[in-house]
Amino acid sequence: MFEQVFFIFVAVVTLGFALIVVTNKNLFHAALALMVTFLGVAITYVTLGAGFLAMAQLLVYIGAISILIIFGIMMTRRMMSADEEPFNSQAGLSLFTAVAFFLLVAYVFITYWPTTPADAMLAQMTPVDPAILNNSVVALGQAFVSPNAYVLPFEIASVMLLAALVGSIFIAKPRIQEDEA
Amino acid sequence: MDIMEMLKSVLELNLSGYLESIGAAPWVINLIGVLNLATACMLIVIFLIWLERKVIARMQDRIGPNRVGGKYGLLQSVADATKLLSKELITPAGVDWLPYNLAPILIVVASLLTWAVIPLAPGVIGVDLNIAVFFVLAISSISVVTFLLAGWGSNNKYALLGAFRAVAQMVSYEVPMIVALLIPILLARSMSTVDIVEAQGIPFIIVVPLSALIFFISALAETGRTPFDLLEADSEIVAGFHIEYSGMKFAMFFLAEFLGTLFMSAFFVVIYLGGYRFFGLEEAMIGDFHIGPMIGFIAFATKVFLVYFVFIWIRATLPRVRIDQLLNFNWKFLVPLSLVLLLTVAVMDKLFLADASTLTKAVVLMVTNIVVGWITIELLRWRNRDGETAVISESVDDAHGHNHDAHEAVATH
Amino acid sequence: MIPMSWYLLFAAALFAIGLYGVMARRNTVAILMSVELLLNAVNINLITFWRYLTPDRSVGLAWAVFVLAVAAAEAAVGLALIISVYRNRDSVVAEELDVLRN
Repeated sequence: MFEQVFFIFVAVVTLGFALIVVTNKNLFHAALALMVTFLGVAITYVTLGAGFLAMAQLLVYIGAISILIIFGIMMTRRMMSADEEPFNSQAGLSLFTAVAFFLLVAYVFITYWPTTPADAMLAQMTPVDPAILNNSVVALGQAFVSPNAYVLPFEIASVMLLAALVGSIFIAKPRIQEDEA
Repeated sequence: MDIMEMLKSVLELNLSGYLESIGAAPWVINLIGVLNLATACMLIVIFLIWLERKVIARMQDRIGPNRVGGKYGLLQSVADATKLLSKELITPAGVDWLPYNLAPILIVVASLLTWAVIPLAPGVIGVDLNIAVFFVLAISSISVVTFLLAGWGSNNKYALLGAFRAVAQMVSYEVPMIVALLIPILLARSMSTVDIVEAQGIPFIIVVPLSALIFFISALAETGRTPFDLLEADSEIVAGFHIEYSGMKFAMFFLAEFLGTLFMSAFFVVIYLGGYRFFGLEEAMIGDFHIGPMIGFIAFATKVFLVYFVFIWIRATLPRVRIDQLLNFNWKFLVPLSLVLLLTVAVMDKLFLADASTLTKAVVLMVTNIVVGWITIELLRWRNRDGETAVISESVDDAHGHNHDAHEAVATH
Repeated sequence: MIPMSWYLLFAAALFAIGLYGVMARRNTVAILMSVELLLNAVNINLITFWRYLTPDRSVGLAWAVFVLAVAAAEAAVGLALIISVYRNRDSVVAEELDVLRN
């Protein structure tokens, strides 16, 4: 009972702040709301037993991507940005599309994985897990370096991150004055 | 409510066990623990402020506070706190009230939250997470966000600039900190702080001294202590991102800095100095009475204050570095060094020491660390010797504390 | 006691909000923020399926970590591009960026 109330609370807060992100005229407030959304998602990960991913979410999203977005906002501000219209001309159509999408997907989900399922496995989280969940980090680590598992995507992801790092520094460098910030 | 039983459990540092035996609900026990820890953290900052002023004064050959509260100025911090409380909270015009007011709160929250995973004594820990070290890193990276909130919310260009520099410093120094922390995690085969403490038969500062040094330097930068304290120094960009805060709000930033420094000392003790271990005495029992936890706690507190003393010592001794020197030092020296060290230790640990005894492992890894450090110093010296303006040498002293700028004017050695 | 579909609906709602943000916002940085929302929704979905159906295997968790890494890289490159475009065109409004050459 407490879990359900807690989950509904976290979900409502997260979705509320996500709505602020997509509707607020003030970009900085939208970025702050985005941080709260990330926090809500991290809490959801914790309730799902993925503690490692929750910490990674905090570290990467709130500790790095949000700051990057705020820096991006501050560097691309215009003088008149205070009274800029936030939505473009297709806002009405996209609202319809988004709502239709959600209803369609919700229908599919509820048909296959109903909200009050008879199947016990889907009705609640299988309670067999504390040792397995604690071991999931070790299993993840081993999966990342095991040749039978995900070592190749892992290495490719590291090369991709290197490419992104070098590429974004190069793209964002000022060209005329050769100074580094 | 047997008073003697309760007293015995407090001295054994097992109050939660006693409370459980009299039937308190788990959430009550947790709440009492949380309140205890938070209150103790807040109260100890009062002592820390006095300690810092006294120690720095003695190192500078003066006496320090000696007027308030007797000969030793013991109530000086209380006087400071009263002064800050009584100041007028001036809010500048045009501030964004939510970030402006949220930043001091969040920074104290982030400083307190990390204390949950520090093992204060055998069996005394907030929560024994299996990803405790990662948790600490994640919360430290959240506290970076509060600087931006403070800088932006102040509606002040200089506060914003100060906040940018603070964020750049914090985010940059997280990298060598994380890589240096990976080495004890590697050796202890676990990210849990309790497991790391238990794995330190020989403290990791002896096994991997270079990693301890890199972590210490990064911790200095992360907490914003000298020599990396241009975030908040009064002569730098008009005191940085918290210039528009007065009175109690400024006190929050101040509190968070001291709490952060104490936490980094405690974390350093847990990871590198063996936490509450004291030659096995932390398991001791006298008859039926577990005296071990109390010994462990005293040992832990002593070590923490020793490391905190080193933090204060460094603050009293070293001058401040510039922002570009700071960032150069990080990206061009600390990050490559820590990565090379991680690689070397991992290779040595896996390939050569797979079934060695603890002592052999410790000695071999210590020698490896010293070799890597020595090679680094020789490389730096070799670059300076040829007279080229090595990027590091023109701005930073090498490990011996000599600045090679003076030597460059002279011909090659 | 939480049925799996609740988490899936939550993720779908977050995805729908992000979708609306991507399609309806004028400012490019706001579009980027909405893309991050999309990726978070996907991650919640992955972790939900991992936890309910295969908690003993690391497939879902590994996949979610890869999505996280890719999202970070994409945010960095996206912001670099936005800054570069702002330098050249002095505008980050998506409607005004409609020609390749000035």
